[in-house]
Amino acid sequence: MDMNQYLDIFVEEAREHLQNLNTSLLELEKDNQNKAVLNEIFRVAHTLKGMSGTMGYTKMQTLTHDMEDVLDALRNDRVKANSNMVDILFKCLDALETYVNTIASTGHEGSEAFQEIIDALANVLKTGGAPAPVQEKKAAKAPETPAEPVVASRLNIELNQYDINVIRKAIDEGMNVFEIHVMFDKGCLLKAARAFIVFQILEKNSEVIKSVPKVEDIEDERFEFDFTVVVITQLTKEFFEREINSVAEISGVEVTPILPENVGMTSEPVVEEAKEEKAAADAGQSAPKPAAKPTAATATEEHKKIQKTGKTVRVDIDRLDILMNLVSELIIIKTRLDESSHGKTDADTESLEYLERITTSLHDAVMKVRMVPVETVFNRFPRMIRDIARELDKEIELHMSGEETELDRTVIDEIGDPLIHILRNSADHGLETREERQRANKPPIGNIYLRAYQDGNNVVIEVEDDGRGINIDKVRKKIIEKGLESAEIVNSFSDKEVVEYLFKPSFSTADKVTDLSGRGVGLDVVKTKIEALGGMTEVETEAGKGSKFIIRLPLTLAIIQALLVKIGDEKYAIPLGAIREIVNIKPAELKMVRNQEVIFLRDMVIPVVRLDRIFSVPGMIPDSEKKHLTCVIVKKGDKQSAFIVDNLIGQQEIVIKSLGKILAGVKFIAGATILGDGNVALIIDVNSLAL
Amino acid sequence: MDTKTLVKDAKQYVVFKAADQEYGADIHKVSIIEKPMNIARVPTTPDYIKGVVNLRGEIIPIMDLRLKFGLPEVPADDDTRIIMFKLNEITLGIIVDAVAEVVSLKESDIESVTSITSDRSLDYIIGIGKADGRLITLLNIEKLIAELLNKD
Repeated sequence: MDMNQYLDIFVEEAREHLQNLNTSLLELEKDNQNKAVLNEIFRVAHTLKGMSGTMGYTKMQTLTHDMEDVLDALRNDRVKANSNMVDILFKCLDALETYVNTIASTGHEGSEAFQEIIDALANVLKTGGAPAPVQEKKAAKAPETPAEPVVASRLNIELNQYDINVIRKAIDEGMNVFEIHVMFDKGCLLKAARAFIVFQILEKNSEVIKSVPKVEDIEDERFEFDFTVVVITQLTKEFFEREINSVAEISGVEVTPILPENVGMTSEPVVEEAKEEKAAADAGQSAPKPAAKPTAATATEEHKKIQKTGKTVRVDIDRLDILMNLVSELIIIKTRLDESSHGKTDADTESLEYLERITTSLHDAVMKVRMVPVETVFNRFPRMIRDIARELDKEIELHMSGEETELDRTVIDEIGDPLIHILRNSADHGLETREERQRANKPPIGNIYLRAYQDGNNVVIEVEDDGRGINIDKVRKKIIEKGLESAEIVNSFSDKEVVEYLFKPSFSTADKVTDLSGRGVGLDVVKTKIEALGGMTEVETEAGKGSKFIIRLPLTLAIIQALLVKIGDEKYAIPLGAIREIVNIKPAELKMVRNQEVIFLRDMVIPVVRLDRIFSVPGMIPDSEKKHLTCVIVKKGDKQSAFIVDNLIGQQEIVIKSLGKILAGVKFIAGATILGDGNVALIIDVNSLAL
Repeated sequence: MDTKTLVKDAKQYVVFKAADQEYGADIHKVSIIEKPMNIARVPTTPDYIKGVVNLRGEIIPIMDLRLKFGLPEVPADDDTRIIMFKLNEITLGIIVDAVAEVVSLKESDIESVTSITSDRSLDYIIGIGKADGRLITLLNIEKLIAELLNKD
């Protein structure tokens, strides 16, 4: 059985737990005697320990195990809670996040052992809570040794939550579940072949849901003289005993039924059992020693999950994307119909209006499906601000509101970084130091307000601080200093126009560049990103009182997946839905049929469309200089055409922007999109060009 | 177009240059003045439409004044500017050689049009304004935009 299929679920659930941990730790920091929060943190650590153990992530398991020990001591008052403790726990959280991220990208937990954190945890237990300095991670890596051996004893199959669920379901349906331990003759030579035969029997008569060692290992003969499987079947124990025993060179079979009692609880990771030194000869006892606490923990976790679901349906994101693309294409073609005003009768116009209403409704409905509350982005900010506050040695409080406001999924993905930058700006440059604030008769704690709300057709996100505001004169001076505009023009600018300059590239009035900000790279990227989403940025500021960054984002976006291509010197976007495939052909393969250039593709004759000629694009590389021609094969109904391009840039989700009233009727172009670098790329109207 | 009824008391005009000639436009129609930006060319449009730009997230068409008036195009330099004109929700950017200043012109400072300029630019002129001994050709931005809208 392969762990990889569980990887996605593991990562998803681990992340949920870590988020929970984050929130709880922040609570704990505010009140470090809060037993309820301590218990919650304990439960999360325990669950994570179980999850990582059964996935084989030993380092993560070790860390969570040690965390558990400390947390247990905390909630039983054997150890005192203090701010140093919470710091250590936060560091643990960061370490766990690192593990999960590494797992998400590579499938393994990596080689970091975070030894300093483990030592710190051990130290806490020893000293009963007296603060011991946790050493900052040095550049040198900690020694790479897993703290505890995790060797899945071959005769004990440990069942993780997913196995248990599968087994439970099988039992519910009245199937039999067996753990089958197969032993080979000591003198058996062709173990892999024998194992194969056994598996054939198993697979013909049952469903194998787990195997220790893994199937690949068995196939490669990486086992000694036995292996164990868990199967679900209608047949009996005797049947399997008989069948498998009848295979040559099998010395014995032990079939143990897995009973409902065995799967009533979560399995304890194998580490515990190895510690207790369970006899290896134990014939396939699969039921782990259930501890009362983990049961309660899992029960409440599941209960919580059940409460959350209610009337919802899990939908594959890919399916949503397909739906989204179809609707977007519908909109494009509807817009084209609209704009061609020639030869329309009254009946046509009426039909078009009706079509418009339906399309808009359909689009709205699909967009709603993609809406996600901003909370998913906001929830990491409290922790971030806390960390920044410590780094800058300022006291900062973050007030959030409107987290339930919803935004399109794509926007949510993109809005995080810009917001982080603005928040950091506020914390770093906006808010003053404690002393400065006191001198200005302000309360020592700096406040940052993060608000989200709906305003007409827009969602507005505000980041407001009660800091020192933007020094407009300083900005004016900087503009002149940098030679961006002459002094007289700058002096004629209104305050608002001056502030706009902050969003220009490489502009920063910070006197020194801190680690966080000051390099002048951030705000212009923020502006570009938000504009690419169809939104806009604004700043309101008052010297001495504070600043407010306002981001406006449109609620409905026409978004499609597109292929960006380079034709000559220019970039164009081709809606992905129109593309059938992409082929490279040699220039010599181009043929002429009745004065039309064509290519032959798998018995089909496909006419060639030279976009560079139709669009008069400068800089197109002539055929003679190319080794091969990149052809994008597009479809129009049943017909296909080949668009020749210079280069493929890549696939990307783009926001369709109208060309505006003046250019509305332009041929061959369906609209425009703003690329990540702020430049405009035109969207090709495939229908009007395909032959 | 009756130029006398358009101009009442002193109105302010932004003065800009194209090919050594000074032009003016009603300042109320000016939205913002930008330095040259990356323009994305739009195929199959007249040559004087250079393309579109991204202005704060909105796609704005850009026209080259020289080309519109049949004058030779020149490469952009430090003085080149794009003046964004906005009329009733429609924005049009016009590339000019330089933006000079803002002048105030009274009705009496403006002479109605006779065949002074070349035929092509005739329709778009409200009149010739006189300021400090200079002659400023006052452009009719509405006409420019209206003509573009009715193109096809």
